Amino acid sequence: MSVLERDEHVAHSHSAPHHEEGFLRKYVFSQDHKWIGIQYGFTALCFLLFGFTLMMIMRWQLAYPGKPVPIIGGLLGQANAPGGIMLPEFYNQLGAMHGTIMVFLAIVPLAVGAFGNYVVPLQIGAPDMAFPKLNMASYWAYFTGGVVMFSSFFVKGGAANSGWTSYAPLSVVATTGQTIWLLGMVCLITSSLLGSINFIVTIFQLRARGLSFMRLPFFVWAQLVTSFLLLLAFPPLEAAAVMQLMDRVAGSSFFLPSGLVVSGQVLANSGGGSPLLWQHLFWFLAHPEVYVLILPALGIVAEVIANNTRKPLWGYKAMVGATLFLGFMSFIVWAHHMFMTGMGTAISAFFQTTTMIISVPSVVILSALLLSLWGGSIRFTTPMLFALGFLPMFGIGGLTGLPLGLAPTDIHLHDTYYVIGHFHYVVAPGTIFAMFAGIYYWFPKVTGRKLNDTLGKLHFWGSFVFINGVFMPMFIQGMAGVSRRLYDGGAQYAHAQGVLHWNSFMSISAWLLFVAQIPFLINFFWSIRKGKKVSANPWEATTLEWSAASSPPIAHGNFPHPPVVVRGPYEYSPPDAPSGFLPQGEVARA
Amino acid sequence: MSGHSAEDIKRETRVYILVFAALAALTVITVAVSTLHLSAMPALAVALLIAITKGSLVACYFMHLISEKKVIYSVLILTVVFFVVLMTLPVSGLLGSTAR
Amino acid sequence: MQIPYTVENHPETGVYNGKLGVWLFLASEVMLFGALFSSYILLRTNAAHWPHGVEEGLNIPLATVNTMVLIASSVTMVMAWAAARLHDLKKFRLYMGTTFLCGLIFLGIKYVEYSDKFHHGHLPSKSTFLAIYFTLTGLHGLHVIGGMIVNGYLWGPGAKLFHTDHARFSNRIEVAGLYWHFVDLVWIFLFPVLYLL
Repeated sequence: MSVLERDEHVAHSHSAPHHEEGFLRKYVFSQDHKWIGIQYGFTALCFLLFGFTLMMIMRWQLAYPGKPVPIIGGLLGQANAPGGIMLPEFYNQLGAMHGTIMVFLAIVPLAVGAFGNYVVPLQIGAPDMAFPKLNMASYWAYFTGGVVMFSSFFVKGGAANSGWTSYAPLSVVATTGQTIWLLGMVCLITSSLLGSINFIVTIFQLRARGLSFMRLPFFVWAQLVTSFLLLLAFPPLEAAAVMQLMDRVAGSSFFLPSGLVVSGQVLANSGGGSPLLWQHLFWFLAHPEVYVLILPALGIVAEVIANNTRKPLWGYKAMVGATLFLGFMSFIVWAHHMFMTGMGTAISAFFQTTTMIISVPSVVILSALLLSLWGGSIRFTTPMLFALGFLPMFGIGGLTGLPLGLAPTDIHLHDTYYVIGHFHYVVAPGTIFAMFAGIYYWFPKVTGRKLNDTLGKLHFWGSFVFINGVFMPMFIQGMAGVSRRLYDGGAQYAHAQGVLHWNSFMSISAWLLFVAQIPFLINFFWSIRKGKKVSANPWEATTLEWSAASSPPIAHGNFPHPPVVVRGPYEYSPPDAPSGFLPQGEVARA
Repeated sequence: MSGHSAEDIKRETRVYILVFAALAALTVITVAVSTLHLSAMPALAVALLIAITKGSLVACYFMHLISEKKVIYSVLILTVVFFVVLMTLPVSGLLGSTAR
Repeated sequence: MQIPYTVENHPETGVYNGKLGVWLFLASEVMLFGALFSSYILLRTNAAHWPHGVEEGLNIPLATVNTMVLIASSVTMVMAWAAARLHDLKKFRLYMGTTFLCGLIFLGIKYVEYSDKFHHGHLPSKSTFLAIYFTLTGLHGLHVIGGMIVNGYLWGPGAKLFHTDHARFSNRIEVAGLYWHFVDLVWIFLFPVLYLL
């Protein structure tokens, strides 16, 4: 049957009576992308808070090494912090798990699992994702991975403590927590895989009539490329995790070189393995992973900027092309994380070249977003504040990456606080700000109510000031040579003495940053129940999700009749529209 | 679903049997060549060539790749590119390395 | 609520959802096994001495039989799909059943191989060769088991769909077949690399 007849068929079968699902089926094992998105969102935000808390505890030790942790010191346990004074082993657990949790349990599930799941099907006019059952399985695999990761704190020896990078041979000989980390990663990678298949098929197959690829909102392009990165880059890490498990549990030597001496004892393994092999396989994933962290954020910022400048994005085609090119290049830059491993000059030159090239599409996208502001009627709504704040922060993050991508300068900066400053600028005032922009922007669609603006502005300004307070001094410490992962923040090193005072400054900024989140926490929970009720399209936005009902109901589809797209995604302030914008699609109201 | 008639399917069946015969023959050949104990490079080249031939037969005829759509080809070409990167770059890092 | 293009082909892409989905999954599997093959290359290049398979207890005749068994199962799998599309449930059951049986034989031979190795102390901890051998064949074996679970389901309770929604059923067989052929494909490379080179 023709596409038109099929749409009508679907619409009629929808209006036929159907049974209400039970609570378990509707809200626990939901197959509705909107509810799964909400599940991902809540779980991810909880892990974000937990990861943040781990960091706040770490920052006490960095600011006041050897002093008992106040308030919660007793709760940390005698094995971790006797007398409330953090042991180096525990500091290492906090460090490894902070990174792991933030990257794999908080940011990606929020950016892709929550925002991607909720918004993409709505933005393309689809009734749901292509594989609703698979979507449900994705979420529960993620949840299981999260529980496994969390449980690792409570085993003998505590959680993984070899960095989120789990370098061999340290990780192979580390305590039990590392095995649990590996098992947790297998769950999370599985979740990610199932999700990425779903996203790609959905975007290719379920676009509304008239929604060609070059009419897609930039957010959808960003999610599409992100899904390809997850699909093709994660499996090598899964293989590596299996191999590290084999090394730890079956006594193999994939990553253990011959003649390794641990604690004065020669290890009785077969040897012949390569620690570098782990690094190659890890970074083969972990480099594309950083683009997984930033692309959805760029997508959100693009949507918010177009909406709040009341004009189309500048350079949409260039942005799409840059995103595709960026995605491709991200697979061939990974060894810039390995410049210090003794690689030959030819291979080093190769990776330096590709790394320099990959900075170009990032600059194209950032420039397009900045140029999009020119001549716009800027509305300083809360989402827009976060989107605007994102831009210079991402700029700083990106620029500070350049000396790291060139081997001669990387010699001095590798594994110092400079690196930590660089990547946190991109992820924290970068991606996380974009996440907040997304929350403030789409909260009315999900709940039918707006978040309070005053609390929102308080949240923004407090976060903006204090987050810079946490991360800017890291560049100073890094350039002075302070290494990362030191449990006392460099106190024992002569070359660090001149910059040690920044530790307490950064720690206090971090704790104040937490305080700045309180208005958000209050706002979020209060507004769900008592926020100002709004229409289906309070931001006067053009993209298809705003044509769906306010807070579209769970397990009842998205659009009463499938929308038909008749124009591009950002027709703001067109010459012939008195309302100031033209929605992308025509949706027949029931 | 491709609109194949019963005749088309019967014709396909003949192809499947032919491919099976080819695969069986190539398996015998690859084992036979291994008994010759060629030196490393030729042995590798022959074994890989035979394996790639067998793999292509399975992909083209059993998996119907020979008549597949553009979108599938695009995904696979992209994958092959990254597969080659994964095969070649890590080990090339060992060449000229001080960490061997 | 119906998801479009579950059965019919999309007008632009020309495929139904499940077919695109399974090929994407197979792409990720190429990268998964690829990483293990890449590890093999790196470890072998790095090694002062790399044993020949037979030195570490590998049995070429048995593995050759296994190769033939898997290739045969690929043929019966695609015949099962042809039968399903021709609305021949009996033939479908025959071919799918044979595919399942071939899988069992493959696993049986693998069991014999593994237990023989363990008996002679050829463990993953003994050498990097054995480590990569067990990891590659073990992961492959798990994929065989996974495929057999799916095939078994489609032979048994899953075959109900043949009567209620024949087109969707045929598509499921095609998708399961693509996965099964891929498992055969991996072995086609595994066999010479581990046993012959």
